[in-house]
Formats: sequence, C-alpha cells, structure tokens
Amino acid sequence: MKVLTLNFLTCAVKACKSSSDSFPLHPKDAELVHDDVEVNAQLLTNLLHRLDWKALRTTATELGFPDLPETAPTQEDLENDEKTLKDLHNLLIETQMMEGKLVCGHCGHEYAVREGIANFLLPTHLV
Amino acid sequence: MLPTPDTSHVSYNRVYEPAEDSFLLLDTLSLPSETTFLQTRFSKDALPPPLVLEVGPGSGVVIGFLTANATPLFGHDHILTFAIDVNRFACSATGLTVKKATAETGAGSSGVFLDAVQGDLTNPCRPGQVDVLVFNPPYVPTDELPAPLTKEGNEKPTFEEESKLLELAYAGGKDGMETTERLLDALPETLSARGVAYVLLCAGNRPEEVKDRIRSWAGGSWKAETVGTSGRQAGWERLSIVRVWRDDDQ
Repeated sequence: MKVLTLNFLTCAVKACKSSSDSFPLHPKDAELVHDDVEVNAQLLTNLLHRLDWKALRTTATELGFPDLPETAPTQEDLENDEKTLKDLHNLLIETQMMEGKLVCGHCGHEYAVREGIANFLLPTHLV
Repeated sequence: MLPTPDTSHVSYNRVYEPAEDSFLLLDTLSLPSETTFLQTRFSKDALPPPLVLEVGPGSGVVIGFLTANATPLFGHDHILTFAIDVNRFACSATGLTVKKATAETGAGSSGVFLDAVQGDLTNPCRPGQVDVLVFNPPYVPTDELPAPLTKEGNEKPTFEEESKLLELAYAGGKDGMETTERLLDALPETLSARGVAYVLLCAGNRPEEVKDRIRSWAGGSWKAETVGTSGRQAGWERLSIVRVWRDDDQ
C-alpha cells in the first residue's frame, strides 16, 4: 500500500474516529518496496492541497525517511526545486508498504498489511 | 464507447462477476448528464483533486473504468482513486484490473490508483475526505444476511467459505437494504462537503422511499435523484442508480 493512502485512512473502530490519536495510523515492522512511476508534477502540486502534512511528516519519519520540513512546500517550491518534487513523488506514490502492521494510537489495535493489502476487518469483539 | 476493463484474470468462484448492475454503473457514469455534473463539480481548477472511492469493487471493473477513463469522465487526469472490499480476493483482483485498464488507456487518460484495502464499507475512511463514492451493494432481498466477515477470516477458503464470499456480494437481507442502509448512514461522515455518491438499487429496495429518506436528512439539505436505469418491466425499473449529494444552494 502506498504512503499516500495512509493520509486517507484511520482506525476502523467507531469510537476512535473522534480521537485525534487515531490518525495517522502508525506503521510497525514495515517492509517497503519501491515502484517506478512516472512523475506527474502538476498532480503532485495539486495534491499538496489535500494532504494532511503533519500526518504525512509523522508517517515519513516512522517509515525511516528523512524528516520532512515543518510546513508543506508551496507550488513555487516544487516548480523551482526538482529534488523536493522527486523526493515527494518517491515517498507518496512510489513507496509501497508490502508487509507489516498499522497501529492505532488511540486503541492500540494493529491492522496487518500482507502482500501490500491492509486488512481493516475487526475482530468479532470489536465489531 | 469508453473501453471496459478486462477482468479475465478474476476467479469468479471467489469474486462477483461483472453483470448487468456493474455495466449499468459504467453506462450511467459515462452519460453526458453525469460527465457534465462531474466536470463542473470537479474541474481541474477546483482544488484539491478529487478522491474517488468504490466500496465493494469485486472484480474492480467499475473503479478500473473510472481510473482508466479519468480524462473523458472528469475532464482531466488529476483524480485519486481507491477501493475497499470485505473480500481479500476482490482486493487483489481489483488491483490487477486497474493496473491493466490504466496500462491500456495510458498516461493522459488515467488517474492515480492508490490501493484496494480490505475492510467493512467505509469503516477505515478518514472522515470528510471522499469526493465521489460508488457502491454496487449486495441488494437482493434475502431472509438473512450472511454473518459479517471478521479479522479471523481465512487465508485458504473452503468451498463453503467461498460460497459465503459470493453470498456476501449479493445477499442484502430485509428489502435487500441492510448493507446499503449502513453505507447510507455513513455518507454524511465519509463524504467531503462537495462529495457525491452513486448507489445502485433494485426495485425490491423501494428506491422511491430510499430517496425520500435521504431528502429528509439534516433538515432537507441532501438531494437524491435517479440518474440511470435499466431493465424496464411493466413500468418498473429493475435496477436504478441514485445520485446522492449535498444541496449546494442551502
């Protein structure tokens, strides 16, 4: 699963939705692979408008990427700095979590990721 | 005609085979009325780029179609798509279907597919993020709803478990609406302010009553209209697609 996807998912337990601790989910024992995908600079720039940057910073750090700047790059930053654009593309689109777990910071529930597919089905006692 | 994704790799013992309902969704979403609606609401300049979710993609034929034909449908390729299915086999099938479909239409036409994740309806969604949601539910009225899949679900299903996966794809319980009701209940939380949902209903679901109920949500701030139909029999539409969205004028 892509790092970008983690920006749109949260804990599946209903009671966790209202807690800020349930987002983002925290990767654990993550095995990452790299997929080559062509860069779409304009899409990436527009994407910045819908990312939760703070959550992305947390995810990136937890996955062992170099720390992202405190605030999101602006459109001008990306237009003028090819390295920032490429790094962001690499992180968001090209990096895939194949195995590992996603942990909720509120209830502690762990969701397994296997062969790139995250399983958000809950155990019977949490349904 | 926009190309229909190839699903020849999908094992229909475990995953719902594309049928009249799936193709009605493709046809409806390609109607000029719908592409105009989508292109107006989600134009390239309207930031941020839309996030499209299909719940219960099965083979992935619908989300594959939406992703691969982003430009003809939305007017641009700046869309993000993803899918959630309770059936793990459907998740892998969907991933491959989208990959093949986008390879066929190529860059310039395709949006960016994120992932197919396993889950129950919109449970794993961060609230307020989804701009376009598509749902072809288990809509057939049945005496009982199969027990929901839980985390304890199996890796290598027996024949009976495989039958259950297929049953989950069509059996809708009372009025065929038990699962659809849960999805509808979650729409106000799941959809963004500009969000829109396309939900397929059959005649047995009593679509007129369903639409009336949606129109009464939150003091009447929601709209629900039939935007596509198929299989007219004695004045009854066997299947219909209902578009659900917040009334912008309010």
